[in-house]
Amino acid sequence: MSSDHTSPADSTETKSTREARMGEGVDDRFNSRLREAFGSSPFILTKFDQFMNWVRGSSMFMLQFGIACCSIEMMHTYAVKHDLDRFHAGVPRASPRQADVMIVPGTIVSKFAPRMKRVYDQVPEPKFVIGMGSCTISGGPFQEGYNVLKGAEEVIPVDIHVPGCPPRPEALVYGVAKLQERIANGESSPVVVKPYELEEFGDLEDDELVEHLADQIDAEDLVMRYNWVDSP
Amino acid sequence: MSLQDRTPVEPDVGVDEDGLDYDELEALLDGRVLDREDHVNAEGFVIRPDEVQQVLSTLKEEAGFDHCSAVTAQEYDDRFESIYHLKKFEDPTQELSVIVPTSKDNPVSESAAPVYDTADWHEREAYDLVGINYEGHPDLRRILLPETWQGHPLSERYNQTQPQVVPLREHANPLEEDHRGDGEDADTMFVNIGPHHPATHGVLHVKTVLDGEQIVDLDPDIGYLHRCEEQMCEQGTYRHQIMPYPDRWDYTPGGLLNEWAYARAAEDLADIDVPEYAQVLRTMSAELTRIAAHMLAVGTFGLDLYGDFTVIFMYAIRDREVVQNLLEDLTGQRLMFNYFRLGGVAWDLPEPREEYLDKVREFTADIPDRLEEYHNLISGNEIFQMRCVDTGILPPETAKSYGATGPVARGSGIDYDLRRDDPYGYYDELDWDVITEDGCDNYARLLVRLKEVEESAKIIRQCADLLSEWPEDDRTIQSNVPRTLRPDPDKEIYRAVEGAKGELGIYIRSDGTDKPARFKIRSPCFSNLQTLPVMSEGEYIPDMVASLGSLDIVLGEVDR
Repeated sequence: MSSDHTSPADSTETKSTREARMGEGVDDRFNSRLREAFGSSPFILTKFDQFMNWVRGSSMFMLQFGIACCSIEMMHTYAVKHDLDRFHAGVPRASPRQADVMIVPGTIVSKFAPRMKRVYDQVPEPKFVIGMGSCTISGGPFQEGYNVLKGAEEVIPVDIHVPGCPPRPEALVYGVAKLQERIANGESSPVVVKPYELEEFGDLEDDELVEHLADQIDAEDLVMRYNWVDSP
Repeated sequence: MSLQDRTPVEPDVGVDEDGLDYDELEALLDGRVLDREDHVNAEGFVIRPDEVQQVLSTLKEEAGFDHCSAVTAQEYDDRFESIYHLKKFEDPTQELSVIVPTSKDNPVSESAAPVYDTADWHEREAYDLVGINYEGHPDLRRILLPETWQGHPLSERYNQTQPQVVPLREHANPLEEDHRGDGEDADTMFVNIGPHHPATHGVLHVKTVLDGEQIVDLDPDIGYLHRCEEQMCEQGTYRHQIMPYPDRWDYTPGGLLNEWAYARAAEDLADIDVPEYAQVLRTMSAELTRIAAHMLAVGTFGLDLYGDFTVIFMYAIRDREVVQNLLEDLTGQRLMFNYFRLGGVAWDLPEPREEYLDKVREFTADIPDRLEEYHNLISGNEIFQMRCVDTGILPPETAKSYGATGPVARGSGIDYDLRRDDPYGYYDELDWDVITEDGCDNYARLLVRLKEVEESAKIIRQCADLLSEWPEDDRTIQSNVPRTLRPDPDKEIYRAVEGAKGELGIYIRSDGTDKPARFKIRSPCFSNLQTLPVMSEGEYIPDMVASLGSLDIVLGEVDR
C-alpha cells in the first residue's frame, strides 16, 4: 500500500529517513513490523472506496434463505467442519433487510419467483447474489418442467454461479471466496437483461390471457408474466 | 406400546387366511362394482362416479379399509380416471384400488373428502394437475400451481409453451368479515408465515389468523417448490433416466429410501429379481440415510425451538457429516446418491472392504453414546419439554383419517411400519423393533425419531456383519436386466416403502413403451402436512412452529 518501502539491505548502507529522524537510543516501542514495512510514513494511504470494498468483502451477512436440496449443503457449509464463518461470511440473517448476500440454493418455480424477487428487492444496496447449484444456472435437471424457471438470472442478477447438483460445501466456500475477491477488487455485479420484472397487471399488454384474467386480478396487483417461449 | 387394541377381533369382511377375498368384497358392495381390473398389487373395482362416497364409506366402515394412501388421477384417450388406493393400517398388504372413470368432456366425479380427510388435498392435487372436478369437495381450488394458472399440465391438451401470469398480491384475512363490528376485542390479525421464513423448513407458506396469540385459522399454502417431478419421471426411460429424480424428492437426504421406492415399484412391474447380496447392501445404505434424515429432523427441530444455529444443530450436523462420509465412500456422492439400479445396486463396497465395514461398525457403536448426548441436551431438558410435551396433539383416529404415516403416525401410537408389515429388502431377516410412542404430541414424535436412529444402527450393524461374512463367489450386485425395459402395456402397480418420513408410494402405469404412461408419487410429507391445522388451531403460535418442526416436512417431497 505504500510505495517507499525500504528493504533491510539498503538500511545498512545509508540511514533511512526514519532512523535519521529517531536518532540513536530512542525507544522504538511504536515501531512494529508493519511500520517497518511501510517505511518512513506513519500514514497508510489508500482510496476510501477501495478500503470500503475490502471491508465489504470481509464482513458479509448472508441471508438465511433455504429453497431446495442445495440448502441442505448450504447448512452444512455454515455448520461445523466447513464453517463458513472462517471466511468472514458466516452470519446468517433471517431478515433480508439485514443481509448483504443472498445465496439462492435451489430450483425456482413460477409461484416462488415473484416472492424471491420481492425478497431480493428488500435487501439493501449494495447486494450480491450467489447462485448455488445447476437449477439456478439453467433449471438443472428440472429444466423441461412446465413450472420451472430456466435459471435465477431470469429474475435477479447473479454475481457468482456455483455449479453442481448439489455443489459440495467446499465448492460453495470457493464461490463465496471468489465473490469476496470480486468485491474487494471493486468489480460490480453484472447487469443482465431481466425479462421477468414485476409489473402492475394493468400495464401488461392486452392479449387474450390478460383479458381472460381481467376479472380475477386487480389492475394494481403486481404480477410476473412468464413467456416460456423466450426462455432459453 | 400401542394405543390400539391389538387383541384379535373378528376379521373384517372379505378376509380369509390367504388375505383378501375380492369376491366377498364385491358382494358387500351390492352390485355397485361395474367391472374388475387386475393391478399388480391389488384388484381394482370400477365404480360409477356418483357412487364414490357410498362405496368408500362401506369399504371403510364394514371392510376395515381405514387408510386411503393416495388418489391417482390420469387421462386416457377416452376417459379420465381417479384411483383411490385403499389399505389397512392393521395389515398394509391387504390392498384394494377403487377406480372411478369419468367422461372426457365433463370430468366430474364425487368427492371422497367426507369419507377420508386425506382425500381433500389429494383431490385438489388431481384437480390442479389433471383437471378432474370433484363434486361435493369442501374447497376445490389449485394447490400446487398458482391460482391464475391456465390449463392442467398433466392432461393431454396442455400446451406447455403458453404464457402464464402469476400475481403477487397481499393475502386477505379470511375471517375479517366475520369479526368486523363486534367490538374492539373481536379483532383478529392475519400473519403470513413464509414462504421465506427460517422456521418453515424451506418454502412453505402458512396463512394464519391470530386472535391474540392463539391461532383461529390456519391454511398451509404449498407449491413453492413444485418441480414437476411426475412429468420429469414420465419423460424418462425406466432403466436409467428416472433413478436420479427420487434423490431430489426427500433431499434431507432420504435419497436411497426414495430410490428404493422407485426400484421396488419398477422391479415388481417388470418382474426383475434382486440378488440377496444387493438387498443387504440396499438395506444397509438405506438405513444410513435414514439416520442422516432423522438427525437433520432433530437438529432443525432444536433450531426451531431454541433459535439460531445452536448446539443441537451443530451436533446433528457433526453426526451427519460422519454418515455422509460413509455414504460418499459407498456411492460417490454426498447427497444425491443415484446408487440403486433396477435389479440391484451400482457397485459393491469400496475396497478395502473390511476397512470400510470397520468404519461402519465404529459409527454404529458410537450411536448409543451420541444419543445419550442428545437426550441430555434435548429430551431431558426442562425448557424443551415445556415446549413439546402436550403441544401439537394428534389423536390416532385423526392421524389415520388424514393418512399420516411414518414417525408422525408412530408418535400417535399407530403401529405401522412398512419395513415390517409389508416386508421388502432384507428387513424381515434382521432383528429390530418398530418404535411407537403413545404421547401423540411433539415430544413423542421427537422420541420416535431418536429411538429409530438406534434401531437403524442395529440394522446397519447386522448388515455389516452379513456383508463381511458373505462368500466371495456369491457377490452379485445386479441381476440381468434387459437394456431397454418395456413392461407389458396397461400394467398398473402401486408400491410403497417406508421412507424417512413415512409411506412413500409410487403408482406406475405402463403403456408398452420404455417410458411410464403415468407416474404418481404418494409423498408422506404431503399427507402429514395436512394434519397441521388440526394440531395447531386453537393453540398458541409458538406451538404451531414446534408442531411444524416435529412433522419434519421436506418441501421437495410435499410439492414434488
